[in-house]
Amino acid sequence: MTKGYALGLFAVVLLGAALGLGTYTFAYAKGWSYLTNDAEACANCHVMNDQYAGWTKSSHRSVAVCNDCHVPADLVGKYYTKGRNGFWHSYYFTTGTFPEPIRATATSRKIAEANCRRCHGQVVAAMGTPAHAGSTDISCVRCHGSVGHMELGATNVAQEGSHD
Amino acid sequence: MTDTGDRPRVSRKVIVAIAAATALAVAAVTALLVNIMERKQEAKNPFFRVVELDDETEDPAVWGKNFPLQYDAYLRTVDQQRTRYGGSEALPQQPSEADPRSIVAQSRLEEDPRLKTMWAGYAFATDFRKKRGHAYMLEDQTHTERVEKFKQPGTCIHCHASVYVAYKKAGGGDLIKGFEHYNQMPYKEARASFTHPIACIDCHDPKTMGLRVTRPGFLEGIKALKASQGVPDYDVNAQATRQEMRSFVCGQCHVEYYFKGDEKRLTYPWAKGLRVDQIADYYDEVGFKDWTHAKTGAPTLKAQHPEFEMWNQGIHSRSGVACADCHMPYTRVGALKISDHHVRSPLLNISNACQTCHKWPESELLARAEAIQGRTVELRNRAMDALVELIADIEAAQQAGADPKALEAARSFQRRGQFYVDFVESENSNGFHAPQEATRILGDAIDYFRKGQVALRPLPARTAAR
Repeated sequence: MTKGYALGLFAVVLLGAALGLGTYTFAYAKGWSYLTNDAEACANCHVMNDQYAGWTKSSHRSVAVCNDCHVPADLVGKYYTKGRNGFWHSYYFTTGTFPEPIRATATSRKIAEANCRRCHGQVVAAMGTPAHAGSTDISCVRCHGSVGHMELGATNVAQEGSHD
Repeated sequence: MTDTGDRPRVSRKVIVAIAAATALAVAAVTALLVNIMERKQEAKNPFFRVVELDDETEDPAVWGKNFPLQYDAYLRTVDQQRTRYGGSEALPQQPSEADPRSIVAQSRLEEDPRLKTMWAGYAFATDFRKKRGHAYMLEDQTHTERVEKFKQPGTCIHCHASVYVAYKKAGGGDLIKGFEHYNQMPYKEARASFTHPIACIDCHDPKTMGLRVTRPGFLEGIKALKASQGVPDYDVNAQATRQEMRSFVCGQCHVEYYFKGDEKRLTYPWAKGLRVDQIADYYDEVGFKDWTHAKTGAPTLKAQHPEFEMWNQGIHSRSGVACADCHMPYTRVGALKISDHHVRSPLLNISNACQTCHKWPESELLARAEAIQGRTVELRNRAMDALVELIADIEAAQQAGADPKALEAARSFQRRGQFYVDFVESENSNGFHAPQEATRILGDAIDYFRKGQVALRPLPARTAAR
């Protein structure tokens, strides 16, 4: 057995281990669920519990799931965004180096804005003023921030009546 | 197997690079896996019951065994930290037999001597310091000169110790009877029955951890308030919503109060409403005064930290934001979301306290809060000046033998205006809990002082002109 062969074998075994570990982690973390449109998948990780709870009580709960607003509508954009977000979420949650309360990034805000206009385009166009129609300097959620999931502070109010 | 030499060979460097990259990836994926596992475990068991808690478990350290995260944060109320207008500094003090404290907060009387004029003849003019955290409530009350040098009733203990267990014991199981028992005792005698500052059991049901009101003052006060709003026989523990309870448990103590009658019953003056004018009307109606002003003889009132009342007039209250939402904001510990039991100024914790709702940079939010507080403090200073001038005028008029009717009118304006200023002065938010209301109160106070001064004027020229 030559040295080169041994090294190759080592690399192959390592790759195999990586594949096994990766597959196991993917399954353990319910990785497949992230490929679906199921809103529950977004609350797999407890960080999104409040947003998920807020969404179940929001005006959009019966017409839009998380993906309808938070990833692009086209197939390539959708899975590219899911992949990129998946990587960075894993990175930040593992290292713990993320600020709280969690904020949408500029890219995420852009995606959400495009999705507001995708469904409500007619309304936005009817506004007709340069300040609103087609403008990028004012966003829908500046005023309508609680339509998708209520502002986090407000989810308490929604739980009125229960004594925990 | 031997190397034939004609197959394409992968260089060793590439193999080493692949191995290194794979090893790194495996390490990263393992870290992710372990992290997910930890979070899943945390989510599975929000707490472990290692001790049994019952309705007599007063010691918070025992509760802390079941709820270590909340207990650790609760212990941090020993921190002394300033904000621009609030909080306190830890000042060293030479411990003596009378006052064994080695650290105290700074004296407000030294910072603003006008307070001595306002409270002339009352214990507050002797010793009044900046507030410290919950951890110090019992110690600071025990050693303030207001208690050391003056006779105080046992009523005071109601809000400076964990009283629930001792009250129930003294009342033979009846909380209200125990409350009445200690109210009528001298403070120093009553003090011996109490060990802890505010503890878990004062706000939490030991069986369900649900919030509950345990202080008789609030049970009776909120009942009187609700009765004035057309809700008879209100039972806060049965009828309040969970979100209301997140404010009511704080309102058990952070309120205006007085000691009613000879039995010194702690009473929250809410039978007409929670606004300063409704409270002042109530005091006028029942003919109550805290003391007789030493310089003017006015039947004066002392307002006491009416945070609950002030918050009730503000936009946060109107929007359903509870005390706990800002002062004990939710904080994430691993997969758990808990209320931060390190009760403190939201300005020391802006990200969790404010940014959950207000999506602006911390510096912007701090600037907004400080602008409100700065304006309130400025107006409060003007109102204090106006009060001191009225007191000086009444003194001078008394010496000059002024018309008793004019003096009486001026004294009644002093009583009312002084209560208004004190309502903002003693309120621990420098106006933030209800900015417009605080400003209105101070504006009204200045107007009362003006009317008081007018009442003393002889105005001969004007009378003649008529």
